[in-house]
Amino acid sequence: MENSILWLTYIAGSITFILGLKMLSHPESARRGNLVAAGGMTLAILGTIFLYQDSEGNKLHNYLWIFGGILIGTIVGTMAARRVKMTAMPQMVSLFNGMGGACAAIISIIEYQHHHFVSGDWNIVGVILAGLLIGGVSFAGSMIAFGKLNGNVTDKVFPAQSIINMLVLLLTVGVGIYLTFLGEQNMMVLYIMIAMCLVYGVLFVMPIGGADMPVVISLLNSFTGVAAACAGFIYNNQVMLTGGILVGSAGTILTILMCRAMNRSLLNVIIGNFGGGSKAVSADGKERGNIKEISLSDAAVLLSYSKKVMIVPGYGLAVAQAQHTVHELEKLLEEKGVEVKYAIHPVAGRMPGHMNVLLAEADVSYDKLLEMEAANAEFATTDAVIVIGANDVVNPAAKKDSSSPIYGMPILEVEQAQNVIVMKRSMNAGYAGIENELFYEPRTRMLFGDAKTSLQKLTTEVKAN
Amino acid sequence: MEQFLTFLYENKEMVFIIILSVFLGIEIISHVPTVLHTPLMSGANAIHGVVIIGAIIVMGSAEPSNYLALILGFLAVILGTLNVVGGFVVTDRMLEMFKKKK
Repeated sequence: MENSILWLTYIAGSITFILGLKMLSHPESARRGNLVAAGGMTLAILGTIFLYQDSEGNKLHNYLWIFGGILIGTIVGTMAARRVKMTAMPQMVSLFNGMGGACAAIISIIEYQHHHFVSGDWNIVGVILAGLLIGGVSFAGSMIAFGKLNGNVTDKVFPAQSIINMLVLLLTVGVGIYLTFLGEQNMMVLYIMIAMCLVYGVLFVMPIGGADMPVVISLLNSFTGVAAACAGFIYNNQVMLTGGILVGSAGTILTILMCRAMNRSLLNVIIGNFGGGSKAVSADGKERGNIKEISLSDAAVLLSYSKKVMIVPGYGLAVAQAQHTVHELEKLLEEKGVEVKYAIHPVAGRMPGHMNVLLAEADVSYDKLLEMEAANAEFATTDAVIVIGANDVVNPAAKKDSSSPIYGMPILEVEQAQNVIVMKRSMNAGYAGIENELFYEPRTRMLFGDAKTSLQKLTTEVKAN
Repeated sequence: MEQFLTFLYENKEMVFIIILSVFLGIEIISHVPTVLHTPLMSGANAIHGVVIIGAIIVMGSAEPSNYLALILGFLAVILGTLNVVGGFVVTDRMLEMFKKKK
């Protein structure tokens, strides 16, 4: 009886995960979808605590420990998630992902220690060690990704890194295979394997540049999913299996979609040949024209008398926390009868959809946000474009210069507009480390300074107009 | 090889679930607008927190004398809970903002 009720909670859990993911794919139902999945998760967790029996019919004990752990995790998790700033969201996701990976790795360690070795049971040992490897790499990698996005860890590249990485991975897998077929327990070798997994996780993420972190986090997210599924396999637990594999496959597809948006292959991101900044020079070294600056008052007049203005937000906007200021400017211009829209590049910011989240936080109406194709169709009839802290996503080299590392990446074709105002802190190159021809175009004018300060000043000027 | 086939056959339901879930995951995510990529990644992140169930089982079946299992299990429960609770709360916060639109 109890077993069948537990089984029902697992079925319910699996259904809510599927429904939840499905509902998360529509703006109207997304929030409910998240709650539905959370509800199913709670049900499956409570079911496990009170109804689970092992193969000999023993119930769980150590309730104090279980509830203590859940209580601590809930308090810390809720506080951390509530307090984090919207701009720091990507690293938070990475951090929580790492926790899941570590959890899966620990389960594997205990199960390995627990396992009664009999000859010919290498399959299950293999699954345990796979969970350890994937979970461990996911944990260490997520921590490095967290550190990079948080600014505590810088990119490190050393010679022959990709070869060394490959060797470390092969060696780790080799140790795993050795343990799998050993036929008996060897804790010492297991500890060595744990250390190697962690080292590989660090090496794996270390050379990858900050701009590629979203792809890496998404990839590690799917890793953790697979690690959770390995644990589900060990316990013959259907809800862990469906949850883990769903995330594993969905995460992989999401990763590929992200890579595609940047016109890069996953392999290219992992080997990481342009995150390191070795190509931080202009592609052809040719002398550029002069850049033109625009004064605040000129910019204000230009915007006030435009019919249609398009705002292109980038990471600079997120860093400067300028989403509220930009919304203010937008409202002000709308009052003056100017049509204002936002053009959102799929990979603007640090994660796909990052800009939408930030602008939504500032109450920008959802239908003002145009996706790339829609925006590109409108630039030709746009009087003024304001590029705020974006660089690579508006770089025409992606279309024209086949030698450019970002060649082929779809971009926002802002150069088609009548006027382009680029707000930027300095003439430094963007994340891809390449020059941007857009800045030298005759229609482009630069407005240097911190995005928020500039926007505030600009808003004041527009008010005065 | 024969051993491996036997292993697969013994776990045939699991193998079935895995294969179907792979396709389901791909299907679900292929229709997501870019706007929702970040919340979706975050939501998926919370869902793989289901690994907490494994942690609970480990913790709940650990012998009181097995300190390694007790300590590691306790740690795993905390980490798993962080993943689940933090993941869902962060996702909810992101999506809360989308709700304000008219």
